[in-house]
Amino acid sequence: MATNTSGQAKLAIRNAGKRYGAVVALEGCALEVEANTIVSIVGPSGCGKTTLLWSMSGLHALSEGEILLDGTPIVKPRPEIGLVFQEANLLPWRNLLGNILFPFEVKGQKPDRAWIDHLLERVNLKGFEKAFPNELSGGMQQRASIVRALSLRPSVLLMDEPFGALDAFTREEMNQLVEEIWLETQTTIVFITHSIEEALFLSDKVVVLTPRPGRVLNVYDVPFARPRTMEVMAGKDAFDLHHRIKADIYGQQRSGGGAAAEASGAAAAE
Amino acid sequence: MSDEGGVGGRVGKGLQSLSTFGSGTTRLEIAAIIATAVIVIGGLEAALRWFEVPHYILPPPSAIAVALVGDFPLILPHLGHTLVVLLSGFAIGAGIGIFLAAIITQFPFAEKIIAPYILILVTTPMLALVPLLILRFGFGYEPRIIAVALASGPMVMINSATGFRRVDANKIALARSYGASVLQIFWKIRAPMALPMILVGLMIGAIFGLLTAVGAEMVGGGFGLGNRLTTYSSMIQMPQFFGVVLILSFLGILIYVIFFLIGKKWASWET
Repeated sequence: MATNTSGQAKLAIRNAGKRYGAVVALEGCALEVEANTIVSIVGPSGCGKTTLLWSMSGLHALSEGEILLDGTPIVKPRPEIGLVFQEANLLPWRNLLGNILFPFEVKGQKPDRAWIDHLLERVNLKGFEKAFPNELSGGMQQRASIVRALSLRPSVLLMDEPFGALDAFTREEMNQLVEEIWLETQTTIVFITHSIEEALFLSDKVVVLTPRPGRVLNVYDVPFARPRTMEVMAGKDAFDLHHRIKADIYGQQRSGGGAAAEASGAAAAE
Repeated sequence: MSDEGGVGGRVGKGLQSLSTFGSGTTRLEIAAIIATAVIVIGGLEAALRWFEVPHYILPPPSAIAVALVGDFPLILPHLGHTLVVLLSGFAIGAGIGIFLAAIITQFPFAEKIIAPYILILVTTPMLALVPLLILRFGFGYEPRIIAVALASGPMVMINSATGFRRVDANKIALARSYGASVLQIFWKIRAPMALPMILVGLMIGAIFGLLTAVGAEMVGGGFGLGNRLTTYSSMIQMPQFFGVVLILSFLGILIYVIFFLIGKKWASWET
């Protein structure tokens, strides 16, 4: 893992802006992510969370501002950055091992089989190497995609609502798995989610974005010790934080209420 | 409506029906299949003999079998000729078809302009051009190979293009996130994604190629299974005629089975 020089953030987002034609997805977005921490980004749909994450991955160029990784701007995909997609995004014509070896094939690198075997063991996928994605459950597929992302030993892992499509129980298992993997690898993780519970369970910091244009509204520290227990997560402190974050998001939807006003107007018209 | 719901989807369904003859077939089912075949063929034989139907109208299965075995050495060179025409024409047509589909789908603007012409090529029976091709190229292999290529190529192309058009932005983003080049994205993402539809196109193209090869042989020239059909029927040698028809249906089934097996091996992830 890359060591961090004194006080410099692992990831630094400076005045990031992104436009799609007339739509301003992000504007004046600033955020620092310390090394070896998990930071979650929450916010209502269309607040530019995914745009921000894809810009961090180097896949999308920003319209203005910059994002620095270890002090150098990200202008294209970098090997230190791993990306986990919304759906598992496995290639259906390759078996599980073929999917995990895909990055090495593209890069023409020799795969680190001991590390891959360890990761497969870690996420309980040992013995499924020959299985094809359509033979695996949604949770197994997403676990495989996490192994794929970690196989190149990235120092930053970007996760774009990775568990949104999973059922609630599988989702909790996956959250614990992410925490365990993080405790072992100390990768810096940026995690996008719709779920405040998920964000609180996983993160050292929770970032709330405002919609259109996407801006950082608030950053909350989550001070609970790890590994986080159910008792802590059900405690008063967690409840209060949850409430404040929810108020942030809900408040935005109310005050940004063009849509709500239109809706009530329409109701009155009828 | 996506294109997959059209020809491709139906062929896919057809392919699946063939898979009922897989490992799940019990002995009882096999016995029933054989018994049915015996009853149908035997019944036909008995009925044709009982009603004393003349051979020139419909020969009994036994006479067809005898003629097929007896005249097979005479038919064999014609089978060889038809296979040469079919395979070379198909290889040329399919090669060009897949290549053009891969290129054209990269340029949606060009695709829109070219689409009507492809549609004309697909829907026009290329047999119609055979007299003209014979006039230009004579009675040898060339006009027939060209006709087969013209018949199979557009079929392969239109289906392959449907395959290449199925772009999954997330999968391409995945490859790009590992620094994949345009060529790597083509070979490792676009091509495998297109493969099931390419196989459907190849199968339809091969069957259209077979039709066209036989038809072209019927139009002119002294060789090929199509030529045998016209010759035997003009000589009222109906057992031999039906023997050739049997060989043709066997070729059709062979095309179907070959692509079914390739699809099962390389494109089974789709179903």
